[in-house]
Amino acid sequence: MRPLFDRRLVVVAGKGGVGRTTVTAALGLAAAQCGLVALVVEVDGQSDIPYALAADRAGTLDEVELSPRLYHVTIDRRAVLSEYLHDEVPGPVSAAILARSRLFQLFVDAAPGLNELLTIGKVWELIQRPRHRRRARQYDLVILDAPASGQLIALLQAPKTFASIARTGPVARQAEAIQASLRDPGLAAFVSVVTPEQMPVSETVSLDGALSLLAGRRLDAIIVNRLFPQRFTTEEGEALARFGPDPALRSARWFAARARAQRGQLTRLETELCHVPLFAALPFRFTERIRRDDLQSLASLLAPRS
Amino acid sequence: MNAPSPTLADLRIVVCAGAGGVGKTTVSAAVAVGLAASGRRVAAVTIDPARRLAEALGLEDLRNQPQLVEASRLRGSGLLVSGELSAMMLDVKRTFDELIELLAPDADTAQAILTNPIYQHLSTAVAGSQEYTAMAKLFELAEAGTYDVIVLDTPPSRSAANFLDAPERLTALLQSRALTALLGPTRTAAKAAEVAFAGLRRITGVGLLEDLTVFFQLIAQLLEGFRKRAVRVEELLREPTTGFLIVTSTDHAPVAEAIRFGRELDRMGMSRAGVIVNRVQPLDASNRPRAATKERLAPRIGVDLAEKVACTHAELQTLARRDRDAIRALSTALPGPGHASLVDRDSDVRDLRMLAGLARELFDGLV
Repeated sequence: MRPLFDRRLVVVAGKGGVGRTTVTAALGLAAAQCGLVALVVEVDGQSDIPYALAADRAGTLDEVELSPRLYHVTIDRRAVLSEYLHDEVPGPVSAAILARSRLFQLFVDAAPGLNELLTIGKVWELIQRPRHRRRARQYDLVILDAPASGQLIALLQAPKTFASIARTGPVARQAEAIQASLRDPGLAAFVSVVTPEQMPVSETVSLDGALSLLAGRRLDAIIVNRLFPQRFTTEEGEALARFGPDPALRSARWFAARARAQRGQLTRLETELCHVPLFAALPFRFTERIRRDDLQSLASLLAPRS
Repeated sequence: MNAPSPTLADLRIVVCAGAGGVGKTTVSAAVAVGLAASGRRVAAVTIDPARRLAEALGLEDLRNQPQLVEASRLRGSGLLVSGELSAMMLDVKRTFDELIELLAPDADTAQAILTNPIYQHLSTAVAGSQEYTAMAKLFELAEAGTYDVIVLDTPPSRSAANFLDAPERLTALLQSRALTALLGPTRTAAKAAEVAFAGLRRITGVGLLEDLTVFFQLIAQLLEGFRKRAVRVEELLREPTTGFLIVTSTDHAPVAEAIRFGRELDRMGMSRAGVIVNRVQPLDASNRPRAATKERLAPRIGVDLAEKVACTHAELQTLARRDRDAIRALSTALPGPGHASLVDRDSDVRDLRMLAGLARELFDGLV
């Protein structure tokens, strides 16, 4: 497999609740510690990564540095739209009028896929070398904390949808360029974060199918998250079941059963997606909440081995 | 003491909301099973359930209408069900299509809209179409009055409030008077509109603008229907017999989202029926140190196994304390009845028996 950190864009996908944002932050840390200038990107106005990294600021409008070489930005579609208008529509006044026009906003909301296209278009702009925006920083690696699978598919579909509806105009032309970038394995990688549970595994399998349909490619890697250690042998598991009620034994039984169920789902994952390499398996962290040092140790598991 | 709410029994509509990945679909199914067990005729509307949950509820049927879960199946789950349970899986495209057919003045208009390319994207690909159709289905079932209570699962989204906002955005779009006036035959071209059109043409080309114009002219005939319905859905959500059940895990982000959403409901004058905290580790009140646990168990299970058990218990107790703190934070931030929690299961819900187990834990005294 081509190393993840050699691409320009890593799209981190996965079902809600699997720890996608945590993994994105850890990947960002890992890349920055390898000496890359990395940018982690959140969408829909979400801004959870700076919180996870205990940073005191966030890239809400422009990209900001959270820790050495690690930058952050949140894509807000309204902001992207006015940025886009500013670049595309001549004259500062008409751009400003447009951005404020309720009617125009309604049209933007109605035009199928336009909002999604603006989001993915901004991601695309972030990986350009040089950037289209003047004096904008150039990144070695951009890591996208993608929305949950359904919305991610809409995001990936947007350029295609749009190209088929708006047959002419600058957006349609740009849509084609974006599509080409997403298809290029040298430029973009798709990684799915999955916990070894039924629904997350199912979503990862269907995401792989959707990618093949939409972009003619498959997932580049899987990151298993919250994996339980195989602490109890089968015999021990059976022995535990024979003892009566006791809070500590209940914990052990629960743990053993959960670990066994996880192995079952891992096997399913390996069977159904045998063509996708497992990039890393991150252990479940028995902490009250993921703190910066937890992210640090996850990052060291994600860093390329030299 | 663990019943979700004393008022849950009086509700006609229960909307289960919360961040994605917290087990909303499963919890909503368990609530439906519990309500059926307590003697009511229940319709459960689920969105994208896990395969085994779908099988357990017999959701292979794709008629986009609730289908009765056979009494024999329910009996097999070990619950005494005195009511009835019907369940369905929401079909977004079909629900939208049916709504258009219902509101269109005639079959030709309906057909023209259904085949319009803008409509086809709007009804599936656009953010909010899932939320909009979930509301439409809820309204349809409530109007028909076939069931005592409807339990609605909500679409997966990072933000729970999306469920309330998304339909509004879509309705605002379809309802805009300015837009109709502009696109209608008596077009009065205001200065701002001219600029808007020019800008849009610049970005998207002429083709899209023409398609949009045709679409809005068609949809204009249905606007009155959309508007009336939106008002009634809004009323329905504010009825005292409608309650929102907030579902969350104990992870930081979903808890924060649950609190945000609960406050949003309060602000909008909609009623909270309760907060269900899912996947909780039970707290061991004895609070013994790890060494003591090992010592206590060693004579029964051997030193090596006792060491592993003690280590595991200590780790899970860390989670249990986090869970307790999350539950406290939720009851402080969202005071009121109906707080309940569900112990983390050691595997996914795969049959009605497990669902019944969850229902029993939720309803405790009720069932």
